[in-house]
Amino acid sequence: MALDNDLVKRYKEKFGPAILEAWTDRKQAILVVARELLAEIAIYSRDDEKFDWLSDLTAVDWPKREKRFDVVLNMYSFEKNERLRLKVHAAADERVPSVQGIWSTTNWMEREVYDMFGVVFEGHPDLKRILLPDEWQGFPLRKDYDILTQDTAWVRENLGIESGQ
Amino acid sequence: MPDERIPFATHADQTVLGADEIILNMGPQHPSTHGVLRVKLRLDGEKVIGSECVIGYLHRGVEKIAEHRTYTQFAPYVDRMDYVAAVSNGLGYCEAVEKLLGAEAPPRARVIRTILTELQRIASHLFWLGTHALDIGALTPLFYCLREREEILKIFEKFCGARLTTHAFRIGGLQYEAYDELEKDVERFCTPFDKRVDEYESLLTENRIWVGRTKGIGILTAKEAIDYGASGPVLRASGVKWDIRKAMPYAAYDQYKFEIPTGKNGDTYDRYIVRMEEMRQSRLICLQAIENIPAGPIMGKVGKVLKPPPGEVYHAIEAPKGELGYYIISDGTTQPYRVRIRPPSLINLEAFDKMIRGHLVADVVAIIGTLDIVLGEVDR
Repeated sequence: MALDNDLVKRYKEKFGPAILEAWTDRKQAILVVARELLAEIAIYSRDDEKFDWLSDLTAVDWPKREKRFDVVLNMYSFEKNERLRLKVHAAADERVPSVQGIWSTTNWMEREVYDMFGVVFEGHPDLKRILLPDEWQGFPLRKDYDILTQDTAWVRENLGIESGQ
Repeated sequence: MPDERIPFATHADQTVLGADEIILNMGPQHPSTHGVLRVKLRLDGEKVIGSECVIGYLHRGVEKIAEHRTYTQFAPYVDRMDYVAAVSNGLGYCEAVEKLLGAEAPPRARVIRTILTELQRIASHLFWLGTHALDIGALTPLFYCLREREEILKIFEKFCGARLTTHAFRIGGLQYEAYDELEKDVERFCTPFDKRVDEYESLLTENRIWVGRTKGIGILTAKEAIDYGASGPVLRASGVKWDIRKAMPYAAYDQYKFEIPTGKNGDTYDRYIVRMEEMRQSRLICLQAIENIPAGPIMGKVGKVLKPPPGEVYHAIEAPKGELGYYIISDGTTQPYRVRIRPPSLINLEAFDKMIRGHLVADVVAIIGTLDIVLGEVDR
């Protein structure tokens, strides 16, 4: 359902065309914003709209779309007791601005998104794998990475077995 | 973040002893890391000047598995994340899928869910208290805590047959009716339990060694805690009075009266006090809930095959460790398109580096303990 309340109006007034879409799903507000302006919009959300607590940052892969990745930020405001979800679209070769300087908590979350999806965050101080071994090849949560796929070369070299399956 | 490429970064002129930094490796096999956590510490003498957590040893790809199971099939997997609080994990998942379906569990199921989840919170906090005290050098509380935890596990066993990875709830409500003596068992456990908490407190709260080891250690101010995304007791000990059970009530929490304990200093001692008080509050919730368990069905209308309409939902609950969030996307089929789990342990652990700087090596175990992490949830 399209969303057009005061909150969205304020965002649109401030950022105009950078607010691409706004809707609610199961009564939860979602904004799709321009990738280039993500950092500015995040600062505005934190300081002016008081969404000061970032609960989650993650990504979703839609391989059939022209821009396959969604990077999703779930924000919460203590003052309003409200949640707001920001989304940006990114193609496989596009970089997403890091929000690590805005919420320190996103340091590891962005590393996890990089680890699992291969999305690169511009300006992240230490972007490397977090859950998988550093030398691992491939990004497991991409839809084209089958559930039985693994980095066989890594497994053979480091675990001394033919296959982890 | 310490730079791995320079194994011995030399700032001899800046260190107190005029000596080189030492890199000390702790874990992954170390009794006080509560699992397979590896911490790389940069030391100046005995003082920690930097740290890096290396995680992922228990990574099982739970989020990937979710995309290849039906909604019902995935439910038991979430119990294996935070394996000392499996009931809470299950509640979060079931409610998230119910929200996605647009269904609701009937009142009876919600009250029983609340009782079991609060018992689980007590069990989780008891386990935390026992091991945390053990890490710091107090052996006795562990035995008392496990004694009481055993009582709770027995209630779970009677309810669903399992003690740890319970899979106690089903999407839409409960699979089985509660057993006849549930109220009595809960009452028998809860009535004397506040005296038990007093007992633990008499061992620790004014104990000089305990106070010396925890006061002023690992301070996280309210501003820092919010910046680091901390939640649960870690956030509340820093003075932020926020609990999802009050802010966005789920299950049957809106029917019960309870307080949100907060701390002032955000140190290890305050986090201890907050969790102790939380156990007392959970006991009160259980006692209120058993007084009036509504009669009626235990399963809502969800159908045999779950096919949520396309869309997405983010649902968070107050797990014993903090905000446990499920972000689930449906594409209209029987399997979720994407399940993202926001694990409280992982995100609370992220503040570790901030908290440890300037403290001693011995405080590392105190701070890991006070964060109450479970590695199954950190790595998923």
